[in-house]
Amino acid sequence: MLRLLFFLVTAIHAELCQPGAENAFKVRLSIRTALGDKAYAWDTNEEYLFKAMVAFSMRKVPNREATEISHVLLCNVTQRVSFWFVVTDSSKNHTLPAVEVQSAIRMNRNRINNAFSLNDQTLEFLKIPSTLAPPTDPSVPIWIIIFGVIFCIVIVAITLLILSGIRQRRRKNKEPSEVDDAEDKCENMITIENGIPCDPLDTKGGHINDAFMTEDERLTPL
Amino acid sequence: MEKARPLWANPLQFVFACISYAVGLGNVWRFPYLCQMYGGGSFLVPYIIMLIVEGMPLLYLELAVGQRMRQGSIGAFRTISPYLSGVGVASVVVSFFLSMYYNVINAWAFWYLFHSFQDPLPWSVCPLNGNRTGYDEECEKASSTQYFWYRKTLNISPSIQENGSVQWELALCLLLAWLVVYLCILRGTESTGKVVYFTASLPYCVLIIYLVRGLTLHGATNGLMYMFTPKMEQLANPKAWINGATQIFFSLGLGFGSLIAFASYNEPSSNCQKHAIIVSLINSSTSIFASIVTFSIYGFKATFNYENCLRKVSLLLTNTFDLEDGFLTASNLEQVKGYLASAYPSKYSELFPHIRNCSLESELDTAVQGTGLAFIVYTEAIKNMEVSQLWSVLYFFMLLMLGIGSMLGNTAAILTPLTDSKIISSYLPKEAISGLVCLVSCAIGMVFTTEAGNYWFDIFNDYAATLSLLLIVLVETIAVCYVYGLRRFESDLKAMTGRALSWYWKVMWAGVSPLLIVSLLIFYLSDYILTGTLKYQAWEASQGQLVTKDYPAYALAAIGLLVAASTMCIPLVALGTFVLHRLKRGDAAPVA
Repeated sequence: MLRLLFFLVTAIHAELCQPGAENAFKVRLSIRTALGDKAYAWDTNEEYLFKAMVAFSMRKVPNREATEISHVLLCNVTQRVSFWFVVTDSSKNHTLPAVEVQSAIRMNRNRINNAFSLNDQTLEFLKIPSTLAPPTDPSVPIWIIIFGVIFCIVIVAITLLILSGIRQRRRKNKEPSEVDDAEDKCENMITIENGIPCDPLDTKGGHINDAFMTEDERLTPL
Repeated sequence: MEKARPLWANPLQFVFACISYAVGLGNVWRFPYLCQMYGGGSFLVPYIIMLIVEGMPLLYLELAVGQRMRQGSIGAFRTISPYLSGVGVASVVVSFFLSMYYNVINAWAFWYLFHSFQDPLPWSVCPLNGNRTGYDEECEKASSTQYFWYRKTLNISPSIQENGSVQWELALCLLLAWLVVYLCILRGTESTGKVVYFTASLPYCVLIIYLVRGLTLHGATNGLMYMFTPKMEQLANPKAWINGATQIFFSLGLGFGSLIAFASYNEPSSNCQKHAIIVSLINSSTSIFASIVTFSIYGFKATFNYENCLRKVSLLLTNTFDLEDGFLTASNLEQVKGYLASAYPSKYSELFPHIRNCSLESELDTAVQGTGLAFIVYTEAIKNMEVSQLWSVLYFFMLLMLGIGSMLGNTAAILTPLTDSKIISSYLPKEAISGLVCLVSCAIGMVFTTEAGNYWFDIFNDYAATLSLLLIVLVETIAVCYVYGLRRFESDLKAMTGRALSWYWKVMWAGVSPLLIVSLLIFYLSDYILTGTLKYQAWEASQGQLVTKDYPAYALAAIGLLVAASTMCIPLVALGTFVLHRLKRGDAAPVA
């Protein structure tokens, strides 16, 4: 009797969980790619954890809080590691609709990934697309900040160079007129002898003409 | 008393200015391409021969003309013969066209430089599509680096007819680029002389850093061996020789008037022969050095893509046949494929069209030049290096230095004749003239920041300078040798520098170089005529790749106008001077 019941149950399970069955999903894991040397072996304990995670995800769906681990059926486990799973209802005769399972898995994808130390690429649910995380967009794009800094530096440098250029030119324009003023002053003081102006010694760095020595030095001292 | 002509503070500034001008982006993105296309190591043979026969003599000629005449290109050629000042005018026009479009490259370099301070680099990941289940479609079809270049940077339109609007981000970068150039040329040789210390030396620092990094990358030796193994049969290909000649010609920047302008600020007694040899040798060795760096980067990128391809094929096989994860490796891939083909023939034949044959050679064979190399291929390699932000910042900083160095030469070619002319310099100080030139070029350059701007950029890049320069340098050489007189020029140089002119230069100037230029001109013209309608590459967003399209009529007219605007200056000015002389003689006759 018990054997008949067991046979019946497995027969029903075999019908519900089949590759390509209605409401069934294929899962593919790439443990060695993800973890390398630290890869764990896939055994029935890991399968139990998987069933638990799927049941946990289903329990978060309203109206499905009563989902148990035994409602999740796994089949066709390959060496890859890949397998198919379905979620049945409390009567274990019907499978839950694919849409519900899909949305439940999508909501809790992160928790399922973390339970197995895998990510979206290494723990794949075929036909359940994962929601990709958008890149963080800062409120002011970074490039504008750097652009603004360099722009301001260049503008300040240009202004400084132009201003110093203007100042230099103004100084150069003033110098010839200053020299002109000094020459005017000289001309007022220049004594004119025979129409030839004599340059006074104090305005020009005068050289002493040795030919005109002082009186007492002309005579050799005693 | 006439104002003394500004001079370089020391001869080193002059040499650095010439190096900074000659060593530009062409050394980095055109020479490696040519090397790859025309037989790797064996391309060096035509390149070096052309350097000795064409590059050095013409460079020496331009420097000697500038140093002797002590004026910009217009004044220098007016001194040689008043009928030939059109050559100088043509140089200024070509330089003006060049400065308009060349600074857009600096704007792009600024854009990428500013975007390099992010983690992850914006061109390493594709943006997400609308409902966040996958990546943007255009980005999937192309690659993330191509997407960033064509969509985010250029926002390119599907064809040249669709103009689109000005991209404000790129316009800001172009404005900044022009402000930086203005800052450097503001005070004439005084400021330029100090800036060229940096623009000439910093690219070498970055290239050395990249050389060390590049050679230590995984797969770099693949690239180096593949590119440098000489394919001797290419020596018989005339295109290799022609491209060697054109590369030397354009790489040294002859004919723009910049070299004449730089040399005019020299002391008359400086040894321009030595300078010419040094500058041309440094320019060529930089090209070879840069191509070593580029090929090691190519090798890294090709190996990375090859291993990625193998990984994808292994994954596909593993998933289809439910093999154990990690079972397939690069070494046993082929035999497992054979086994699977025999064991599961039907399933394998279904899968077969999706399995690409991964080949390292085909990855290495992708030869790219120009902006594609600099902004797509290099960024793809950089995003796979560790600490990619640092490498990206260094690389784009180097591109900026190279670009700004060349811009300094271009603007000097335009400004020197303007500041030499007494009419203009009496009204405006030189800061105002420089500012005006930068403003006009920047305003016109905004065309290149529109959505179709890159297509116009390609037009300018391919046609604005090529034919006109050949003609200008040909007329220059003939003017100096035959109109001014080679003997007279020789005695001028001897009086100026105290050194006699070697027979080698005389033979080259009078005979070999003009012949070479004539043959290059014939080649270019016949190439244009034979290809019929000109075509261009347009980016097709839906397919994620480039497609070839024909230029519309108005674009062809613009090309014709570009070439005519500079080349027609020579005969028109000659004609104008002739007419003026006749009129003056007509006025003078009754008096006499």
